[in-house]
Amino acid sequence: MSRSHRSVIPGFGLSLGLTITYLSLIVLLPLSAAFIKTLGMTWEEFWTAVGSPRVIASYRISFLASFAAASVNCVFGLIVAWVLVRYPFPGRKIVDALVDLPFALPTAVAGIALTALYAPNGWIGSLLAPYGIKIAFTEIGVFIALTFIGLPFVVRTVQPIIEELEPEFEEASASLGANRWQTIRRVILPQLVPALLTGFAMAFARALGEYGSVVFISGNMPMRTEITPLLIITKLEQYDYKGATAIAVVMLVTSFTLLLLINLLQKWSRRHHAV
Amino acid sequence: MASSVVSSLQHAAAAGHRPLATRDADWVRYTLTAVALGFLALFLLLPLVAVFAEAFRRGIGAYFTALNDPDGMHALKLTLLTAAIAVPANLVFGVSAAWCIAKFNFPGKSLLITLIDLPFAVSPVISGLIFVLLFGAQGWLGHYLDAENPALPWLQAWLIEQDFKVIFAVPGIVLATVFVTFPFIARELIPLMQTQGNDEEYAAITLGASGWQTFWRVTLPNIKWGLFYGVILCNARAMGEFGAVSVVSGHIRGQTNTLPLHVEILYNEYQFVAAFAAASILALLALVTLVLKSLVEWAHARRHAADAAS
Repeated sequence: MSRSHRSVIPGFGLSLGLTITYLSLIVLLPLSAAFIKTLGMTWEEFWTAVGSPRVIASYRISFLASFAAASVNCVFGLIVAWVLVRYPFPGRKIVDALVDLPFALPTAVAGIALTALYAPNGWIGSLLAPYGIKIAFTEIGVFIALTFIGLPFVVRTVQPIIEELEPEFEEASASLGANRWQTIRRVILPQLVPALLTGFAMAFARALGEYGSVVFISGNMPMRTEITPLLIITKLEQYDYKGATAIAVVMLVTSFTLLLLINLLQKWSRRHHAV
Repeated sequence: MASSVVSSLQHAAAAGHRPLATRDADWVRYTLTAVALGFLALFLLLPLVAVFAEAFRRGIGAYFTALNDPDGMHALKLTLLTAAIAVPANLVFGVSAAWCIAKFNFPGKSLLITLIDLPFAVSPVISGLIFVLLFGAQGWLGHYLDAENPALPWLQAWLIEQDFKVIFAVPGIVLATVFVTFPFIARELIPLMQTQGNDEEYAAITLGASGWQTFWRVTLPNIKWGLFYGVILCNARAMGEFGAVSVVSGHIRGQTNTLPLHVEILYNEYQFVAAFAAASILALLALVTLVLKSLVEWAHARRHAADAAS
C-alpha cells in the first residue's frame, strides 16, 4: 500500500474501492449465499442430498461426457490450430473467425440446432437411423453438445503457442538428422503439452457446468442422460432448495479446484514457454 | 496478433522452398487440412446452417409471420434492456478494475485477478440459483419480508407496499446477467493495460494533466480497441445467456421471457418454425459479433504492424 501511495498516478483509492465493492456485491456475497445455505444442513442431510443414486448417476454422465468431449477437442483442436497457423489456404481468416462461434452463439440456439440435426428425422440422425444408431436423446447427444461448446477453448489456447514456435528448433532438429515425425514428436509436441492440458481443463470445466446446449439434445432421462446442472433445476422446481444448493456446492468446489489447476497450468505453460 | 501475421507471412513465403525435414509432406498437409475443415464443418457450420434452414422450412412468409409475434417482440425488448444495463455496468467495473490492477502494486493483487475470473468457473445454473437463494421466497430477503419482528419495520412495510420482487421479475434477470458477464471486459483490459505500462501516463501527469484528463486523453485512446473487443463479447453473452436467466425468470410470457427463453418455450410447444425464427435472430447476433471481433483483431494487427515498421 505504502508504495502505491507514492505513485504519481491518481485514482488508486477510487478504482480499488469501486472494484472491491462491486465484486463483493455482485459475485462474492451471492456466491457465499450458497455455502451459508448448506451450513444450515446437518451432515446427514447434506450427504443424502449429494449422494443419492440419481445424483451420483448425474455426476457420472456429466463427468464422462465432459471428459470424452474435452479429449476429442484436444485431438481435433490441435489439428485445427496447427492447420490454421501452418497451412495457408483460401478462406483461412473466415474459418479462423468461425472457430469462436460456440462462444458467440447462445447456448439455447446451439441446443435446438444440434437436436434438429441429430434427431432421428434430422439431417445427420436420419443417415444413422437405418443402422440403429441413435444420437439425440442418448449419452452420445450429451457428448456432441459438449464437444461443440468446448472446441474454441483448445484451439485458442494452443494456437498462439504454435504461432510462437521458433523455426530454429525444427531446423536444428532436422539438421541433426531427425526426420519430420521425430521432430514433431520430440521437439514440437512437448512444447505444446502445457497449452493442450490448459485447453483440455478449460473445455472440461466449461462442459461440467454447461446447461443450455445439452438440455434439448439429451432427453433428460433420470439415471441416464440427466446432467448435474439440470438436476439442480429439477430440485428447484420441486422447491427442494437445500437439495439444489447442496449439489451446487459440490459443483462449485469442483469448478474452483479446476480453476486453481488451470491457473497453475497456465503459470507452468508460461514458464515452459519462456525457456 | 501482430506476431501471428508476421509469422504466417514468413511461413507463406518460406513454404515453397523449405527442406522437407522442417516442413510437412504434401499428403500430410492435405489430409490434416481436410480433417480440420471437415471437423469444423460438421460441428460448427452445420448447426449454424440448420438454424436458418429450419427457420425458412415453410418459406419466407411463414418466417416473418412467426417473427411478428407480440410475445417475441417483448422478449426481444427485454433482452435488449438487460444487455443495455449489464454491459455498461460491467464496462465501468472493468475499466476501474484494470486501472487499479495495471497501474498500481498492492498486496493481494493476484487474488483479486482470480476472484474477478470466478463467474467464468461457475455453472450458469448455479449463477441463477445463488440469486434465488438471496432474493427468492425462501431466501434471505424473502424471509425478511415475512419476518415477524423485522430489524427495520418501515423497510419491510415499504418493500411489501412496492410489491418488491427480484426473482421471477426483471431485476433478477438483470442481476444474473451481470454476474455471468462480469469478467469479460475486465479480463480483456487487465493484460492489455499491463503490457502498455505507465510511461505515457507519467508523461501526461508530469506535463500537468489531471487524473481524469490523463484517463480520457491518454489511457482511453490506448485501450479503445481492447475495450470495444470486451464490450462485443460481453454483449453477446448478455443477450444470449440462457441457464442463469432460466432459473431466475419464472418464464412468464410477455413479462419475464428473454429471447433465448422464448426460443425454448416455442420449441417445447413444438412450434419449430417460430422457435428457429427467433433463434435465427440470435444466430445473426452471433455472426455480427464474430465479424466485429475479427475486424477489431485485424485493425489491431495492422496498427501493430505499422508501429513495428515505423
